[in-house]
Amino acid sequence: MTTLALSQPEVIQPGRLTLLFRYLRRNKSLAIGLFLVLLLTTFTVIGMLTLDKSRAYPLSVKTKQPPSAQYPLGTDFFGRDLLTAMVVGLWQTALIGVLAGAVGTLIGVVLGFISAYFGGPIDSGIKGVCQILTPIPPFLIQVIIAGSLDKRSVTIYTMAFIVVLLSWMGPTLVIRSQVLSMKERQFVSVAKLSGMGDMGIIFSEIMPNLLPFIAAAFVGQVFMAVFASFYLAVLGLGPLREPLLGNTIWSAQTQSAFFNGWWWWPIEPAVGLVLILGSLALINMGLDELANPRIRRTE
Amino acid sequence: MADLLEFINVTKVYSRGLLSKTSMTALANISLKLDDEKPTIMTVAGESGSGKTTLAMLLLGFILPTSGKIRYKDQDISQLRGNDRITFRREVQAVFQDPFSVFNPFYTVDHLLSVPISRFKLAKSKNEAREIMYEALKAVGLRPEDVLGRYPHQISGGQRQRINVARALVLRPKLLVADEPVSMVDASLRASILETLRGLQRNYGVSIIYITHDLTTAYHIAKSIVVLYRGAVMEAGDVDTVIKNPQHPYTRLLIDSIPWPDINRRWGSTEIKARESELTEQSTGCKFAARCPFVFWPCKDPPPLFRLSEYQATSCFLYEENPQIESEKLSELLPV
Amino acid sequence: MEPVLRVIDLQVSYYTDAGRATALAGATLSLNAVEKLGLVGESGSGKSTMALAMMRMIKPPGRVEAGQVIVGGTDLRTLSDEEMLKARLSKIAYMPQGAMNSLNPVMRIGAQMVDAIKAHDPRASKSGIKERCMQSLESVDLKRTVFKMYAHELSGGMKQRVCIAISILLKPQVIICDEPTSALDVVTQRQVMETIDRIQKEIGAAVILIGHDMGLMAQFVDKVAVLYAGRLMEVSTVREMFTDPKHPYARALINSLPSLDNKGVFQGIPGLAPSILRLPGGCAFHPRCSHVMEVCKTEIPKLETLADGRTVACHLFSDKA
Repeated sequence: MTTLALSQPEVIQPGRLTLLFRYLRRNKSLAIGLFLVLLLTTFTVIGMLTLDKSRAYPLSVKTKQPPSAQYPLGTDFFGRDLLTAMVVGLWQTALIGVLAGAVGTLIGVVLGFISAYFGGPIDSGIKGVCQILTPIPPFLIQVIIAGSLDKRSVTIYTMAFIVVLLSWMGPTLVIRSQVLSMKERQFVSVAKLSGMGDMGIIFSEIMPNLLPFIAAAFVGQVFMAVFASFYLAVLGLGPLREPLLGNTIWSAQTQSAFFNGWWWWPIEPAVGLVLILGSLALINMGLDELANPRIRRTE
Repeated sequence: MADLLEFINVTKVYSRGLLSKTSMTALANISLKLDDEKPTIMTVAGESGSGKTTLAMLLLGFILPTSGKIRYKDQDISQLRGNDRITFRREVQAVFQDPFSVFNPFYTVDHLLSVPISRFKLAKSKNEAREIMYEALKAVGLRPEDVLGRYPHQISGGQRQRINVARALVLRPKLLVADEPVSMVDASLRASILETLRGLQRNYGVSIIYITHDLTTAYHIAKSIVVLYRGAVMEAGDVDTVIKNPQHPYTRLLIDSIPWPDINRRWGSTEIKARESELTEQSTGCKFAARCPFVFWPCKDPPPLFRLSEYQATSCFLYEENPQIESEKLSELLPV
Repeated sequence: MEPVLRVIDLQVSYYTDAGRATALAGATLSLNAVEKLGLVGESGSGKSTMALAMMRMIKPPGRVEAGQVIVGGTDLRTLSDEEMLKARLSKIAYMPQGAMNSLNPVMRIGAQMVDAIKAHDPRASKSGIKERCMQSLESVDLKRTVFKMYAHELSGGMKQRVCIAISILLKPQVIICDEPTSALDVVTQRQVMETIDRIQKEIGAAVILIGHDMGLMAQFVDKVAVLYAGRLMEVSTVREMFTDPKHPYARALINSLPSLDNKGVFQGIPGLAPSILRLPGGCAFHPRCSHVMEVCKTEIPKLETLADGRTVACHLFSDKA
C-alpha cells in the first residue's frame, strides 16, 4: 500500500463517454427510449433515401395486397405501398412533433425566464394567462379548429400550429418555477458580486442548470404534438392525402379494413405509433430521473 | 482622512401584508464608519434575528435602507452610476457562510475565479488570468493543481471556503464582508481560514467586517466589536475589553454561554431567564427587556449609549451615571 | 455496574465504483447509564456512520460487516427487522443532523408525537398517549400549547427541543444526538444542551453526542471518543482528554482550540484528512503526525487499554514503541 504525502491523490476522471454509458446502464428507461428512437430514426432515414416517395400516395401500386416479398408491408385499398407510406408518415410525424415541440419549448423558456426573473406585473400577467388557458381542454379546441378549416389549408404545418396553441403553458410554468427557486441561490448573489449583469446571470448561471428541465419539457411537447396529430388524423381532420399514420388508420377504418380481411393495413401504423409514443414516454421518465437528483440512483 | 464606508442612522424595516401591514424592524439607527487609510477588522456579533444578515445585505448594496444614508467614499450608494458603481462593486466583496452553495454546480470551481477576472477586466490574456488565479489560490494556502478543474462536490468544505476567500482576494477589495465564514467549516480548519483573513487585512490593506455569533473566533481576529440584539446596539468597543469584561446583561449572557473548550470554565453563572422570546414581539424600550434578569422601570424607554471608557459603551440603564454618547458617534468607540 | 451500551468491534464498509471503503473499522466502546459520551471527528471520519450502524439504518451500498451493539443486554444486530423497528425509539433513539428541519411541515407537532407512540404501542388509549406527549413537552421546557402548533411557528431552539421530546417519548436507554446544535446560536445551544442534560438524568439514559465542536464536549460530556478516518483513536474521560491527551491527533486537536489566553495564536493541523477510499498504509494519521515512527507506516495500531482505563490506538503506547 502506498504512503500518502500531504498532497491530494490524483483523481482520474473517466472520459465523458464512459460516464454516459455507465449512467445509461443505471437509467434503463432512458436507455431503452433512446434506443427505440434511434431505431425508428434509422428506419425512416434509410427509407427516405432509398424508396420512391410517390409510392406512398394513392394509385401508385396494386391494391389490397398482403405483405409479400414485393410489398414488404402490403398495400392498401387506394394503391399505396404501405412500406413507403410508413416511412413518409413517420417522417412527417417527426416533423410535426419536432416543430411543435421546439416552438412550444422555446415559448416556454422565454416566457418562463422573463416571468420569473423580472417578477412584478410581468410575472402576474404571464402566470395569469397560463392559469386561465390551462384548464381549457386542448382536444376540443383542436378538433373545432381543424374541423372548421378548409380541407385544402390543412397541412402538416397548420397541424403543428394548432397543437402549440394550447401546449406552451406547461413548459412556461415549469421553467418559471425552476428559475424562481434558482434565482435565490447563493451562487447568483456571488455572480452579482463578481460583476455579472442580469443577462449574464440568466444565460451563464441559471440556464445551464435548467437544461435537464428544458430537455424534459421538449420531449413532453413532442409527445403531445405527435399524439395530437395522430388523433386528429384518425378523426379524419388531418391533411388527407398525406400518409400520416393517423390518416392511414382513418382510411383503413372507412374501408372496414378488418372486416374485409386486410389486417395489415391498420395494424402497421398502430404499431408504429406505439413505438414512437412509447419511446418518447420512456425518455421522459428517464429525464425525470436525471433532473431530480433525489430519485437519481446513486453510483 | 477619507471615509471608506459610512452608515448614518441606517434603519431597515420590513413590512408585510397588503391590507393590514405588520412591520419588523430589522435594524434601528445604526451608524458606522470605516476609514480608508486604516484597514481594520470589526466584528458584528449577534444571534439570529439580530439584524446581522440585514446589515450584510445593506453593506453589499443588495438592499436599500428604509431611512438613513449609506455612503461609499462620500457618495450615496443608491446614487452611484457608471464607473463609480463598477468600482464600488469591485471594492466591496463578501465571503458567505455556506461554502458549497456559492458554487454553480454546473461548472468547475475555476468558474468562481474566472468570472470576476473577466467581468472586471483584471487580465489581458488567458495566461495572465491563469496567473492571477494561481496567485490567489496559493495565497489562501491551496495548491492550484489540487483544486482547479474539479467540481465543487469533489473537494472538501475547507478547500471550498478557501476558494471563496481567494475569489475575494482576486478583486483586491477595500472592504470584505465576512458573514459567518467559518461556521460551516470543521473546527480544525477554522484556524487557517481565519489566519488567511487576518493576512488579507495585514498584507493587502483590506478592512473586514466579520459577522458572527461565535465570539471565540471574533476575539482572535477582530479589533473592535459591536453587539447587536434585535436590530439595536447593545454594547460596542474594543474587542478585548468587551469580551473579557462585558457590561451589558445580554453580552454577559452571550459570553457566559460560549462553550469554552476548558473544563474549568463551564456554563453556568448567568441564568437564562425567559426561555422563549416571542418572535413577533415589538415593544418600545430596550429590546432585551423581556429576557433581562435586571429589568427595572426605565427600561420601557429605549436606552441611549452610555460611554464607560474610551473604547467601551453599552446601552443599558444600569449604567445611567456614565456620560451619554450619540449613536451617530459609535465609531469613536471602535479602535482600529 | 453493567454498561447500558456496549459496542464491540463494529465494522462498516461502503461498496463504491471505486472500490470498497472502510467507513468504520472495528469500533469498540462502552457506556454506563446517565453517562455522556462525546464522539468527535472531522467530516468524513465516520461519526454519523457509527450512529447509523448502531441504529441498523445503514443502506446499500453501505453494509455493516461485523460487530455487536448491545443495549441493555440485547445485541441489536441479532434482532429481526420487526423487532428492530420496535427497538428504535424504545430502546435506542437517534436524533439525526438537522432533525429540526425534518419535522413534518404539514402536521401538527402533537400529531407527529402521537404517531411515534402509536407505532410502538397501537393499543394505548388516545388520552393516555396525549398525556404522555404533554409530559414529554413539559420536560423539555415547552408549553403544552406547542402540541397543537406547526413546525414553522416555532423557533430553531424550540424545534430542536421538540425533537428531543420525541426521542424521549418511550424512555429509551440510549439517546444518540448527531450535531443537535449546529445551526443554533450560542445561547439557544446552551439551552438545548442543558435540556438534554436534565432529561438524561430524569429518565436515566446514556447519551452519545456526535459533533466536531470540542468546546461543546468540554461543557457537556463525561467521556470523549476521537474518530479519525473511520477508526477510534482515543477514548478518555473529558478531564483526561483536555488536560493530558495521549494520541497525537487528539493532542493536536486540543492545541488548535482557541482560548482567551493566547490571543491571535492559531495552531491548525497541517495536511488534510485522507479519503477513506485511499487510506495511507499503517496508521491513517501518520502522514500528519509529529511523532511518526517507522512502524506507524506499515502497521495499523490496535486500540489498547492503558493503566488508567483509557484506550488509545497509537504505537507510542503499544509495546512496539
